[in-house]
This record gives sequence, structure tokens and C-alpha cells, in this order.
Amino acid sequence: MSLLLFDAILCLLLLVLALASMLSRQLAHAVILYIAFGLMMALAWARLAAPDLALAEAAIGAGLTGALCFSALARQQLHHPAVLSWPKRLWPAVFVLLMLGGVLAALLQLPPTASPLVVMTQAELGNSGVSHPVTAVLLNFRSWDTLLELVVLLLALLGALQVAPAAKPTTSWPLSLSWSRLLAPMVILLAGYLLWAGASQPGGAFQAGALLAAGAVVLRLNHQLNWLGWSNFWIRLLIVSGVLVFVLAALLAVLLTPDNADVIWLRWPPQLAGSFILLVELFATLAIALTLTLLVVGEPAAAEPTQQKSGGEDA
Amino acid sequence: MIDSTGQLSTLSTVLSSLLLMVGLFFFIAGSIGMLRFPDSFSRLHAVTKADSLGLGSIVAGLMFYGELWQNLLLLLIWLLVLASGSVSCQLLARFAKARQDKT
Repeated sequence: MSLLLFDAILCLLLLVLALASMLSRQLAHAVILYIAFGLMMALAWARLAAPDLALAEAAIGAGLTGALCFSALARQQLHHPAVLSWPKRLWPAVFVLLMLGGVLAALLQLPPTASPLVVMTQAELGNSGVSHPVTAVLLNFRSWDTLLELVVLLLALLGALQVAPAAKPTTSWPLSLSWSRLLAPMVILLAGYLLWAGASQPGGAFQAGALLAAGAVVLRLNHQLNWLGWSNFWIRLLIVSGVLVFVLAALLAVLLTPDNADVIWLRWPPQLAGSFILLVELFATLAIALTLTLLVVGEPAAAEPTQQKSGGEDA
Repeated sequence: MIDSTGQLSTLSTVLSSLLLMVGLFFFIAGSIGMLRFPDSFSRLHAVTKADSLGLGSIVAGLMFYGELWQNLLLLLIWLLVLASGSVSCQLLARFAKARQDKT
């Protein structure tokens, strides 16, 4: 009964926060409400017994997207005040309604019986190299999707770098500086734990990367880690390495395939699958962390667009 | 705190409920303060101080139900929230002060 009450209140809060965020007159308020919405959404995922999604939603949906919106807002406010008129506020609502209609139509087409995929995943879990089904799906059975996700992230960063204006110089207080320094080791420890835990329980590259990125963003906003930028060769290499190591690991897996077996792209050899996944996830974490950091703190595109392009083609 | 039958003793239940209630009271008081107080400084004062204390009280109340290891983690969470609450309160207050001085 009390859980039902909790769920009802949660659903109501989600709806109210979403509406308030869309219809608020000031963009700054909209962003704050959106962050609150992300946190409630993470709670909703946790209630739906999807802790992986809850972690990702809290870290990426609420944390990093909020930071992205704020940094966009800080740059935009230079030109005109961020107050919206009624029609401007209604356009997103129309878009959301259309999307909602599509999602509901898709929902109605779902078969009423349980999907056979769960049983198939559980049956193949022994050969996947990890014991957590979500990680097994993301990095073994459907690793093609994850690879393409990393490519999408890389392309997003490359696109954002082309349009990012020069960041405004901000002041930082000694207090926020020492606090971010105190948090940094804890963030690294937690991110390492999340990455390692992904093999057997909720966690993994995206959550760990988002956490690392959050720590790096705070340090960057306090003028620390000044080497962390697109102009640094090693940073560029690490950002591309997420995709690069994935592809190299796939090639290595093809080479390691015994002669009598069929060659399947992105299929890890069962005995080595755990090591392969750890390797891929390690570099994916670093790449995701750096990509998200650069997306948020931004940087004026250095005057060498050809170099950036070659970085994209390496992928 | 949990005896062999897995039930809390009456004293523990009463103490735990009392602590949870006190925690809730402080949360509600802090939220009302945030809504009702006139300026940024008093709102910050209400919400950070009351919520830190309220969360501490709720953590203490929940400790009756957990193992030692879980309790340590709960304590750590409280300490982290306490520290980050105080730091962000300071930062927001300084920001508000800087803006106030400018106008």
C-alpha cells in the first residue's frame, strides 16, 4: 500500500516536473526543473528494478545534461535575456506530444507475452565472460550497438567542437577549489569501482565515464587540469581510443578464432571474453569521460580543423 | 540491535521511529523555510542546516535496521551530504553576496 502511494506520488511528481520544466518562462528555471526531473526519473528506474538505467539516468540525464544546459545558458545569456514567449514554449510541447504518440503506438504493438530474449540471455551468460546480464548484452551479445554508440559520442564531440564559442573566463573561489580537490580522489575511486563492478552487478563504462567526467568538469571549472583539452595530443588519442581499442579488440578476436569455427564480427572467444570486455570497457570509460568533459566545458576550436578531421577518420 | 527472531526490540523500534520523525520534522521545516523566507541567505540557511540535521537523524534512525557495514556506509553518505551541502551553501551565498554588492 505504502509502495503504491510512493509510486503514485513519483508518477505525479514526474509529470508535474516535466510540465513545469517545459512551460517555465525562464530557461534557468527550466534547467533546474529538468535536473530535478532527471533525479526523479532515476528513482523511477530504480523502482522498476532497472538499477543500471537508474545509475545512468542519475549520472548522465540529471548530472551531465544539466551541466551541459547550464554551460549553454551561460554562453547564450550574453546575447539576449533567456525569457521565452508563449508560442516558443508551446513548440516543444507539440514535438513531445508527437513523440509520445509514436511511443504509445509502439507500446501497443508489443506482444503481451514475455520476450524470449531474457531466457536466451540467461542461457548464454556462461559464455559471455561476465555474470551481469546487462553487461553481457551491452558488451558481448550486442557489442555492435555499443561500438556505434561510442562512434555517435565521438561525432557529437567533433560537431560540438566546431561550433563551441570561446568559453567565458570564470572566477573560482578557494573553497570550491579545495572541495573539488577533495572530491577528485573519491570520484576516481568510485568510477574505478563502478567499472569493475559492471562485470557482476549494475555498473559499467557509461556510468563510470559519466562520474569521471563530472569530477573532471568540476576541476576544469576551477581552472585545474589545464592540460585537459582538445589541443592536447594524448587527450585526442584517448578520446579516439574508445572506438579504436574496440575495433582492434574485435580484429584480435577474429584472429584468435579457431580455424574450424565461423568468423563472426565482434564475437569474443569465450575463454578470453572477460579480459576482452574489461579492456574495451576501460578505454571506453576514459573516452566517454573525456568526451563528456569536453562537451560540457567546451573549448574554442583550435585553429587546426584538418587535424580534428583526421581524428574522426581514425575512428 | 536485531534479536534472534529478526525483530527489533520495543525500545529500538520506539527510538528508531522517534529519530525518523525528528528527521522528517527537520526536512519539512527546512522546506517550508525555503518556500517562505524572504531572501537567498535565510533560505539557504533554512534548507542546508535543517536538511543536514534531518538527514543525520534519519540515518541514525535507519541504523537500527542495518548491519555494521551498511551502517558505516550510511554514515559515510551522511558525512558526504553534510560536507557537500555546507560547501554548496557557502558557494551559493557568496554568489548571492557578490550579486547583491554589484547592484
